[in-house]
Amino acid sequence: MKGVSLKIDKGETKVIIGPSGGGKSTLLRCINLLIRPDSGQIFLDGEEITGEHVKLSEVRTEIGFVFQHFNLFMHLNALQNVKLGLTKVKKMSERSAEARALAALQDVGITGDLVNHYPAQLSGGQQQRVGIARALAMEPKVILLDEPTSALDPELIGEVLRVMEHLAESGATMLAVTHEIGFARKVADEIIFMADGVVTESGHPEELFLKPKQSRTKKFLGSITELYGVSREDEN
Amino acid sequence: MAILDLLIQYWPLFLQGFETTLILAATGFLLGVAIGLPTSILETYASKIVRWVAIAYVELIRGTPMLVQLFIIYYALPQLGIRFDAMTAAILGLGINSGAYQAEYFRGAMQSVQSGQMDAAISIGMTRAQALLNVILAQSLRLVIPAWTNEAVYLVQYSSVVYLIAVVELTGIGAIIGSRTFQYVAVYSIIALIYLATTLFIVKSSHSIERRTSIPGLKSSQEQRV
Repeated sequence: MKGVSLKIDKGETKVIIGPSGGGKSTLLRCINLLIRPDSGQIFLDGEEITGEHVKLSEVRTEIGFVFQHFNLFMHLNALQNVKLGLTKVKKMSERSAEARALAALQDVGITGDLVNHYPAQLSGGQQQRVGIARALAMEPKVILLDEPTSALDPELIGEVLRVMEHLAESGATMLAVTHEIGFARKVADEIIFMADGVVTESGHPEELFLKPKQSRTKKFLGSITELYGVSREDEN
Repeated sequence: MAILDLLIQYWPLFLQGFETTLILAATGFLLGVAIGLPTSILETYASKIVRWVAIAYVELIRGTPMLVQLFIIYYALPQLGIRFDAMTAAILGLGINSGAYQAEYFRGAMQSVQSGQMDAAISIGMTRAQALLNVILAQSLRLVIPAWTNEAVYLVQYSSVVYLIAVVELTGIGAIIGSRTFQYVAVYSIIALIYLATTLFIVKSSHSIERRTSIPGLKSSQEQRV
């Protein structure tokens, strides 16, 4: 990655798009320091988190992460998945952790007996919603979503996108890598196009989707809209 | 009725030998866990130099016969001024040997836990130690049960080599009773049956532990076998 610079204000939703191998996931993993960037600085709420004396685990509680492959803890049920960070990291009591976990699960539509299901007993869409609840329950300042729907069967994508939309509308600060153009157009304040480790173009969704300036962006959007069966001309 | 007569006359000796075998296997196993588990964690997560030390231990132990290791502990170390009684030497030998094998079982199990599990644990703010304990070990200890079963069975049976450093366990008792009665067929039949029953008991118990700790929705190794 070279010369990537971006800024998200509180309550904003930004979407990163671009071809695979372009550094999108790497960028997200750098932001929550799963990968230490070789150089450069990252600030969260005015504090530099890339400094020498920063406690990684403390920084990460402030940054939620939603994984492409959900990465739910396989040996814990939905409720326990959400609770684990609350009891072990936030040191909350069993009771208040349970209450908050149940509330977070309710927000993503996991209710009733489903909260006692284990990951292997849940559909991909349900697993990803638990994954979002797990991140939300920690009350992070920003939520990073790494292709949250690309490992899902097509009919399960909608339920996860609805949760993400709801999240964006309720004022969460989000940075998402996704190929879901519809979602991006609806909720993103800015679209960032990344390829070969650099941001080639960024802007308001309407601007970027309808009048991309760079040929690289045009080519990528062309192939994506072809896939989804809508051409840009149709929408003009 | 040779077997029955033998049992009536010698059951306290058989029992004593069996008891010694169980003590050797159990303490050897526990010492093996105490050595193997930390070793596997060091092999997987420690810095390069520490990792090398852990790997060196595993390879050294696996690369030499257990009997040689026992002889070193019981016969060679005293020449250097380190002395153990036969039973202690036997337990140390079994434990140190088992530790190396168990380290490899644990390492394999830890590596088969998906890497995303560690990422997820760390991303909610856990330290690596917390993640290791609450997520990685919680899953890998379940995966290691079949290999653990093998190790327990192995220790029950191969603890008989300590006979050669003068610890009298079940096999050693057999030799003693055999040389007194000359009824080798009966004596070793009894002993073989005791080993067999113990092994079957271990295998059955481990299946039940595996069933009770299995993760709902995931297939256990037994179901996969069917």
